[in-house]
Amino acid sequence: MCQCCSEKKDIYLPELATVVKADAMNVTERYLQLAMDDGQFDYTPGQFVEVSLAGIGEAPITITSSPTQKDGFELVIRKIGNVTNAVHNLQTGDKIGIRGPLGDGQYPVEEAKGKNLVFICGGLGLVPQRSFINYVLDNRDDYGEVAILQGTRCFDQRLFIDEVAAWEKRDDVQMLETLDEGGPNWKGNVGVVTKLIPMVKTDLKSAVVLVCGPPIMYKFVLMALEEFDVPHESIYLNLERKMKCGVGKCGHCQINDVYCCMDGPVFRYSDLATMPEAI
Amino acid sequence: MSVKKLTKEGFAKFVAALIEQDNVIGVQAKGEKFDFAPLESADDLRLDYDVTLQPPKKYFLPPTEVLMTFEVGGAYASQYEDETFVLLGVHPYDVVAINQMDELFQQDNYDTHYMKRRNNATIIACDVVKPSQNVFATSMGTATVKNGYDILLTDIGDSYVAEAATDKGEALLAGVKDATDADAAALASREAVWAKNTKSLNKHELECDAAYLPKLLDRAYDHPIWEELSRTCFSCGSCNQVCPTCYCFNVQDDVNWDLKTGKRERAWDGCLLDGFTKVAGEHEFRNQRADRFRHRLYRKAKYVPAKIGGQIACVGCGRCVSACLPDIANPVKVYNRLIDDMGIG
Repeated sequence: MCQCCSEKKDIYLPELATVVKADAMNVTERYLQLAMDDGQFDYTPGQFVEVSLAGIGEAPITITSSPTQKDGFELVIRKIGNVTNAVHNLQTGDKIGIRGPLGDGQYPVEEAKGKNLVFICGGLGLVPQRSFINYVLDNRDDYGEVAILQGTRCFDQRLFIDEVAAWEKRDDVQMLETLDEGGPNWKGNVGVVTKLIPMVKTDLKSAVVLVCGPPIMYKFVLMALEEFDVPHESIYLNLERKMKCGVGKCGHCQINDVYCCMDGPVFRYSDLATMPEAI
Repeated sequence: MSVKKLTKEGFAKFVAALIEQDNVIGVQAKGEKFDFAPLESADDLRLDYDVTLQPPKKYFLPPTEVLMTFEVGGAYASQYEDETFVLLGVHPYDVVAINQMDELFQQDNYDTHYMKRRNNATIIACDVVKPSQNVFATSMGTATVKNGYDILLTDIGDSYVAEAATDKGEALLAGVKDATDADAAALASREAVWAKNTKSLNKHELECDAAYLPKLLDRAYDHPIWEELSRTCFSCGSCNQVCPTCYCFNVQDDVNWDLKTGKRERAWDGCLLDGFTKVAGEHEFRNQRADRFRHRLYRKAKYVPAKIGGQIACVGCGRCVSACLPDIANPVKVYNRLIDDMGIG
């Protein structure tokens, strides 16, 4: 091998991690706690990893744990494609390939300090947001009021039930939850997540608003936020794309002139003005 | 660096010697057309070709290439192709495309797989002798090239002018018997070829300076042309496949028969293909043909240029024009129509 290449890292080569804990959260979501075999793993809320299963492939998954938590890192993976289906067979002690952490577009950990935060999550959107939520709660004095809005399709798909219940009990967090379809087990709000926005006690206009959910959700949440005159500079959106290589080469995640894997996956809404493909 | 003059016979001997010492990939006839292929005899080399069916990018970014091998549930090991090779007869527009790819694969995250092949290559470029039916290199400023090759050959009739641009090229030229230093007359003939090509490689003429294209596209996003032209698009990706600056790829795993080991490969992909942007849950971000059609032309003349210092990522080879069955891929036609409709603002 030529010298210049042998000195550089292979950007496509996964490193091995071990499954420390694996748990079914419900029928479709699996929780994994992982530890890199070589120890070191530093990340920021909003970053993602390429999860690699030899013989099956790779899938980009945002880290759900907060870097304030010291034991490895956590992922929650929905069973939906080849890789994610296979992930559901993983057990404690199994090996998994990891590339990352990736993504320069992260949650505004520093910029949001001293400000009020409103998290708007749709379904699985809670998973990436949880990284920043727990980061904020572990550094509670650095941030202002916190409101968390969670919309889930149905009762059985609710995630992190104990954690959400704990957030609900805290007097420094306003936890609002709704289900698209209520049921006999559910006594709370029924309807889509935008219904919760008028219930937020925090002044939305001066808050940092963080949104993550399925692609269809963004349009409606942004329309609702428009009614409250939330400046586009203080809205952050976590976008999903086919981040195949994760390192800005393969072209799949391109949103107009931007690579979601490099400049995202978290974007400031005002920066998306020149990216009509984004929303 | 030296500039030599070689008789055509002397050049043939040089090629024959080259074939003895390295893997030479040269332009050869393929039916009535031409393509790059391993060269077994100097007689097969056709430097009078118009354009090759495929650009030489496949030697740096093969249609499929093994990135690594793995053991199921175990470790991954990078794999590299270690053979050196000589690419003989690369036209200036294709050299420009390689220069752009070099920059893209090195920037942000250095791609060792591409660069390994690139560093193993010796590029002997040659000026165009016969323009192809759809070339528009003149419009794109790529009819001649000043860097990116190890040696540049120019056919001046009875002989070649050969200029070394790198130490590798210099060493190769030093080994050529019968080569003389290019005299003033030979250099003047070469200038004449350059002057001619700078004007004549223009079967489709862009109505603006190529450098203006990103600004033109700034105003064209909602123009009806995308919808209009893409109505007959097959989403076949031929334009991507023959393009010397298209480098999007997919990555897939292949398990061996033992079910214990396997390899991870990357393979060409194309932004015109349906499903290119599809994510889990069947959500596809560019699910309309018009969106994908527009994306290619924006990538060539706006998105990629922003990454490589404003260079337009279309080098005017005209291959997409020839490859497109519904005849909608011609970038010049698209850009000219936009200029006609919106003017140069």
